[in-house]
Amino acid sequence: MSTPVEAGRVVELRRLHPLTPFVRGWKALAVIVAILGQQAAEGRGGSPTPMLIVLGAVVPLALVYGWVAWLFTRFGFDGEELLIESGALFRRSRRVRLDRLQAVDVVRPLLGRLLGLAELRLEVVGGRSSEGGLAYLGEDAALRLRAELLARAAGVRAAEGEEAPEAPEVVLHKVPAGRLVGSVLLSMPTILTLGLAVVLLVGVAITGEPGFAFAILPVLLPLGGGMAQRLISEFDFTVAGSPDGLRLRRGLLETRAQTVPPGRVQALRIVSPLLWRSRGWVRVEVSVAGYGKESASESSALLPVAPRHEAYDLVRLVLQAEVGPHPGPEAVPLTPVPARARSIDPVAWRGLAVGADDRVFVSTRGVLRREMDVVPHAKAQSVRVTQGPLQRRLGLASLHLDLPPGIRPYADHRDAAEAGELLRREVELARAARARALPERWAERREG
Amino acid sequence: MDTRSADAFDPPGTSWLPVSPRLASVRRGLAAALIGVPAVAAAVLLAVFAALPWALVPLLGGAALLAWAWAVVGRQVAAWGYAERDDDLLLRNGVLFRKLVVVPYGRMQFVDVTAGPLDRAAGVARVQLHTASATTDASIPGLPPAEAARLRDRLAARGEARAAGL
Repeated sequence: MSTPVEAGRVVELRRLHPLTPFVRGWKALAVIVAILGQQAAEGRGGSPTPMLIVLGAVVPLALVYGWVAWLFTRFGFDGEELLIESGALFRRSRRVRLDRLQAVDVVRPLLGRLLGLAELRLEVVGGRSSEGGLAYLGEDAALRLRAELLARAAGVRAAEGEEAPEAPEVVLHKVPAGRLVGSVLLSMPTILTLGLAVVLLVGVAITGEPGFAFAILPVLLPLGGGMAQRLISEFDFTVAGSPDGLRLRRGLLETRAQTVPPGRVQALRIVSPLLWRSRGWVRVEVSVAGYGKESASESSALLPVAPRHEAYDLVRLVLQAEVGPHPGPEAVPLTPVPARARSIDPVAWRGLAVGADDRVFVSTRGVLRREMDVVPHAKAQSVRVTQGPLQRRLGLASLHLDLPPGIRPYADHRDAAEAGELLRREVELARAARARALPERWAERREG
Repeated sequence: MDTRSADAFDPPGTSWLPVSPRLASVRRGLAAALIGVPAVAAAVLLAVFAALPWALVPLLGGAALLAWAWAVVGRQVAAWGYAERDDDLLLRNGVLFRKLVVVPYGRMQFVDVTAGPLDRAAGVARVQLHTASATTDASIPGLPPAEAARLRDRLAARGEARAAGL
């Protein structure tokens, strides 16, 4: 099918997978069935016939609506742009500029996996969460479309009618299930859960009332839920490298495959929680413009848990794609804060340090939970120095780098004169880095 | 004033432009309304329902508060400054909590000029810069409308000339 865009120019348009209305509608159906089931279980509502009649009317209507919506949703490529048309009554035609593409996700919900369907999400800057999503496509179609999107975004020109090949990939790291479980167990929620369980047992023993246990359940449930959530969403985490950038795959029930093209990494954060230190594990988080909008911190993991040296190897690889060959953030000389910062931050001041080479800005903080931020200079949107009244009395100031939503790098409690110098240098370095920035279309970069 | 901390917020060779003193008038007027109306209302109520001398308490309290607000607004408005450099715009503000922001022209996504009814009556406008970062807090309140329009157009033109990808 094709539609004229301008006089004399025609764009090929495709449709989503025909099973889309069923997959989209099943959630609504599940809610209705749940209500029915609850009513039946409580013995209310007498005979279930009226509800069944409602169901009999709603389901076909929903399916017809879904089918019409499917009929009117079409997409296709118009040169450098992806065109998405949708809506039966209120028509919407959207163009996504592919050179501004930040990441492509292929998401397979559980039901979609059973039916062989996948959703394709395009992350672009601005706009609300994951606009430009295409749900649902056949799995093969989604992968082919992803390859085509990336090829066009990279500036690779495929001959007309020829399919863009999937870029070859090399698996860089796979998180074993045992390590993931261990990392979740060695976390604050577990300690809290254990503590609460002890309190609970003691409480039951003292009062002799088993009902006491239920009082703590509302606290335990979300804690356990959060742990289960992490396990399920980060299960089978795989990091792979390809010419199209980083490939991150994860998920137990709903699987998600993210592709982050070169030059899209805004910042990295290496986190080393106290409880992991004996095992030598760290977590690496990544900030990509467009992901922060969902406010799901899970989606920002580059590596949920890995031995320190392997994590640093990966960080070096990522930095190489961003700023060229780099010895790694640990090679950047760091300067600690003056000892008078102790008056403001009595414990953590020892962990505060900042440094920069000509490629990246590095800042560390924390004593119990150590964090290290790594930011390519070119990514800073603006640079700030702030000073509160207490800092002013001590002659200290803080430096902040403003980035798209995600990681917020900062360096607290620097000597005020040094902060001014850091600001001046960061502005210079960022300007120089922007001037030599590589083109957005990564296939047009020359290896050198 | 600590001389060392003065350096961090005053890069050498920067010629700062102040904001319009009319911004102080707007903010003082607002403070007068917010403090004066409740103070007078409380005074009237006390004069009617209690003894007349009691009315002095909210009036004197309000006057003291207003005098303090008057001075604070003056210092705050005086602390605002901006400077256009070759590649970036500098902004500074704050008396108790001080801040200096450097926004490269190439990083600007768009520029807003806004003016509320009070601002318009006093002849001031606010210029706000937006980058791809939500944490970039770069706005200049209290510019004369003509200067605001000039700055907006100049920033837009410079931003276009130096635009960089994310």
